[in-house]
Amino acid sequence: MAGIPHDHYEPKTGGEKWVHSRLPIVGLLYDTIMLPTPKNLNWMWIWGIILTFCLALQIVTGIILAMHYTPHVDLAFASVEHIMRNVNGGHMLRYLHMNGASLFFIAVYAHIFRGLYYGSYKTPREITWIIGMLIFVLMMGAGFMGYVLPWGQMSFWGATVITGLFGAIPFIGEPIQTLLLGGPAVDNATLNRFFSLHYLLPFVIAGLVIVHIWAFHTTGNNNPTGVEVRRTSKADAEKDTLPFWPYFVIKDLFALAVILAVFFAVVGFMPNYLGHPDNYIEANALATPAHIVPEWYFLPFYAILRAFTSEVWIVIFFEFITGGIIDAKFFGVLAMFGAIIVMALAPWLDTSSVRSGRYRPMFKWWFWLLVVDFIVLTWLGAMPAEEPYATFSLIASAYWFGYFLVILPLLGVIEKPLPQPATIEEDFAAHYGKPDSTPAE
Amino acid sequence: MFKKLSIAAIAALALSSGAFAAGGGDQHIENIDFSFDGPFGKFDQNQLQRGLQVYTEVCSACHGLKYVPLRTLSDEGGPHLPEDQVRAYAAENFEVYDEALEDTRPATPVDHFPENNGAGAPDLSMMAKARAGFHGPYGLGINQFLFGMGGPDYIASLLTGYTGEEKEEAGVTLYENTAFPGGWISMAPPLYGEDVDFNDGHANDLEHISEDVSAFLMWTAEPQMMARKQAGFVSVFFLTILSVLLYLTNKKIWAPIKGKGRRGS
Repeated sequence: MAGIPHDHYEPKTGGEKWVHSRLPIVGLLYDTIMLPTPKNLNWMWIWGIILTFCLALQIVTGIILAMHYTPHVDLAFASVEHIMRNVNGGHMLRYLHMNGASLFFIAVYAHIFRGLYYGSYKTPREITWIIGMLIFVLMMGAGFMGYVLPWGQMSFWGATVITGLFGAIPFIGEPIQTLLLGGPAVDNATLNRFFSLHYLLPFVIAGLVIVHIWAFHTTGNNNPTGVEVRRTSKADAEKDTLPFWPYFVIKDLFALAVILAVFFAVVGFMPNYLGHPDNYIEANALATPAHIVPEWYFLPFYAILRAFTSEVWIVIFFEFITGGIIDAKFFGVLAMFGAIIVMALAPWLDTSSVRSGRYRPMFKWWFWLLVVDFIVLTWLGAMPAEEPYATFSLIASAYWFGYFLVILPLLGVIEKPLPQPATIEEDFAAHYGKPDSTPAE
Repeated sequence: MFKKLSIAAIAALALSSGAFAAGGGDQHIENIDFSFDGPFGKFDQNQLQRGLQVYTEVCSACHGLKYVPLRTLSDEGGPHLPEDQVRAYAAENFEVYDEALEDTRPATPVDHFPENNGAGAPDLSMMAKARAGFHGPYGLGINQFLFGMGGPDYIASLLTGYTGEEKEEAGVTLYENTAFPGGWISMAPPLYGEDVDFNDGHANDLEHISEDVSAFLMWTAEPQMMARKQAGFVSVFFLTILSVLLYLTNKKIWAPIKGKGRRGS
């Protein structure tokens, strides 16, 4: 494996050599765990471990829940109550899984915005970024289908609204929607295929996570300076890095323990805070809830979806030049998926030669405005589709696209970056001083 | 158009029916100081037993509790009735249809509370979680964070929220209620105060029995609440200790790397 020069595993005993010449798995694990890691990583580099933990948590709790759950429209809601009341520890498993999804998305958003600020998406890490975006989209799919399984009112009506989006695609939309639902409307066939896919997707995500890790183990981690680790020699590389074990494993585990303490407080003391009361009412195709609200982690994109109504000039313009093929509904769908696509294209839209936002005085402001924009969009997604929220949504959505399509390309040209440290070693020494001459042992 | 298809149509529908908790500003929900509020709150066993009596003598005439097994009445962390009392209670109060007998028989602890929605009354098993008493402000979730979701507060406020006004709409009598979304509910006032007599002579005015039955319905909705809070507390306690240990480990490992000239950050 190409990468930062470092020591590799050397089989010593006869037994080790015997295994290594047949399956070099110990060497692979050694290289993975001893990866030279930039020693100046800050606390925003913990989210990868949190995310890995979340994936494991969701798979483990999910597999046990699936042992007691029944994917049938007449039985699903009751089987969830069976889990809550009769299965040993079932209420904890279910609440861990339910709130685990929220922790997963909090962590993924922190992870993504970390990447956006420190320019982790830039060359040579484009593939890591693109794989990450694919994982994010699959997470959204898994989260959405998981929310349908308890077969409450929000499950049912959320599924109706979101699958309806695919119906907005011209010409091929309705067959796609029928395929997704397994019929003309959300029903037993929908519940069955969502259950099947909800079980499948985490394993696809796990596969992509391995590729994601493989990719950045090849390029090396980015770091807060954005300055690359020196690869001229092993000695140079060692001045900039420390092995992942134990330095970053212990640091990440500390962060994980703190975050889990907060997580368990939520699960133990307010497990329904992030949920919607309507989902404790069994799905009823004849009674529509007053407000259909998706789970909180979809709200920013839901706000973008709803922002482009038929009164917006750009929608009217597109409807006119495409002869009505792109109507407001389809435009909204394009905008929602487009919001993720422009983010995925960030490596090619950002023209700045400086990687880290730390040395980009103008970029900083636009970046933090994007963070605020994202939070405002989350809030707007939960608000009713009426004034003044509709106008706010339009402005906030416009900024999201403006940031990626206009500001990122322009800033690289007009911005005068600050001087960067020559090496990671220099940056680290400026923060913490030189290492002790004698180690503590 | 998407908006028209889903959001606007749904909003219009909901406005006309007004049957679901929307959290409009017109609702008046009293924040009641329940024994089970907060991270360390516990169910009051006596209150749950009184609430069970109110449910049995009044509510059960129209409302079912179909997700609640009768045997759980003897669970710790619930009403905690003696098992023989639960057996007698089940047999005296409820009949269930037995497929093997092809006939009805008195209920036993292994049965659930019967389903009952003949009068269009909703099942109450999860009512305390299916309604939210508190919202906002401005959709920010601050009130829910401070006061809880407010399901039992909503139920108690609804039971005491009748103004006495009535009106007839499309052949249905509606009763004005300050807690109900939209202000008019089709359920006639179920409690007036002194509807039940408690053996221990506990107060049975409208406020008290409304709170008792709301507490009972919180238990039917979340029978494992006390076990859950216990698990939460133990987890947070040990994770906090683990965090401290890992913090110290981390500090020690990094000390020789960071050197003496550490300037913080």
